Amino acid sequence: MLALRGLAWLLAFQSVGELLARGLNLPFPGPVVGMLLLLLALRWQVVREPVGLCADFLLSHLSLLFVPVGVGVMTHLSLVNQYGLRMLLVIVLSTLAGLAVTVLCLHWFKSTKDALNDT
Amino acid sequence: MPKFVELWVYLSATPLFGLTATLAVYVLAQAVYARLHQAPWANPVLWTVLVLAGGLLMSGVPYPTYFAGAQFIHFLLGPAVVALAWPLWQRRAELRQRWGRLLLAALVGGSAASGSALLLAWAFGLPLEVMLSLVPKSVTAPVAMGIAEKIGGIPALAAVFAVITGLVGALAGKYLFDALRIPTTHDGWAARGFALGTSAHGIGAARALQVNADAGAYAGLALGLQVVLASLLMPFLVPLLIRLF
Repeated sequence: MLALRGLAWLLAFQSVGELLARGLNLPFPGPVVGMLLLLLALRWQVVREPVGLCADFLLSHLSLLFVPVGVGVMTHLSLVNQYGLRMLLVIVLSTLAGLAVTVLCLHWFKSTKDALNDT
Repeated sequence: MPKFVELWVYLSATPLFGLTATLAVYVLAQAVYARLHQAPWANPVLWTVLVLAGGLLMSGVPYPTYFAGAQFIHFLLGPAVVALAWPLWQRRAELRQRWGRLLLAALVGGSAASGSALLLAWAFGLPLEVMLSLVPKSVTAPVAMGIAEKIGGIPALAAVFAVITGLVGALAGKYLFDALRIPTTHDGWAARGFALGTSAHGIGAARALQVNADAGAYAGLALGLQVVLASLLMPFLVPLLIRLF
């Protein structure tokens, strides 16, 4: 019952987010606005308890939610045939670049902080 | 036998089929993944997508028919994005302390991921629509679709690119981080997770969550930051950048 109440909260925040995003022509997608609003509302116990339970369940199965969109690759077979290898190369190289830059950035911040603390 | 064919035609046309097939294949792939000690190449999303797409193509069931059932799972992406507020809230104390550094890393890392994609796509001579669909690929799929639509890409293509990006990150992350000698301490795990969430969004975060709790938390945080930064900056910056090409 608590998890169900959590889902109701999540959907309610998403709905308000969608309304605000469309109504005010915000650059964010509706669920993102909902997330920011929920972040503010989590200070209240009535919201926090059920949402925490439902969010833990939903986020632990996050990867399942990408499957339906992923299967959509079958509708773009002509693009895949024509540019597949090049698109894949772009994705692989840029993803690795993003991973490496981010991790080295944080690692570098950490080492400079340590070095400063040592002196 | 004809009876079976008739039944199959009936079943494959109902929403029940898409939903059942998605869950069944995913549960199976998840079990195999656990059996193989969560080896990166055994990623359950990758294999579920390959098995389902291959099965649909071979049996001649069109994607819209499949999606009529699978949309019930797809729908949950919205509430899941909202739910990302929860891991952020849980780590609010640590966040407040390291706010500046994390924001900077998210900005630099996110720019590296989408900037290099734009540059490489241009260098490889890909069509403009494909280029623009590649830009938001490090943002979680539902948001990537919205951004692609705003900047002139193809939403469905952007979603597929985002899923492949997530898989590449989940598959290659560990090897890349080991090669870069990122330690497996609390801070090392935090950095690894944050990088996965920044460059490989929800699928990278799902992988991080399975490997280490700190990595998972920071991946969730990075993915949330990327969503906010990308939806705020990309619609303004990408049209300006495109004019340079």
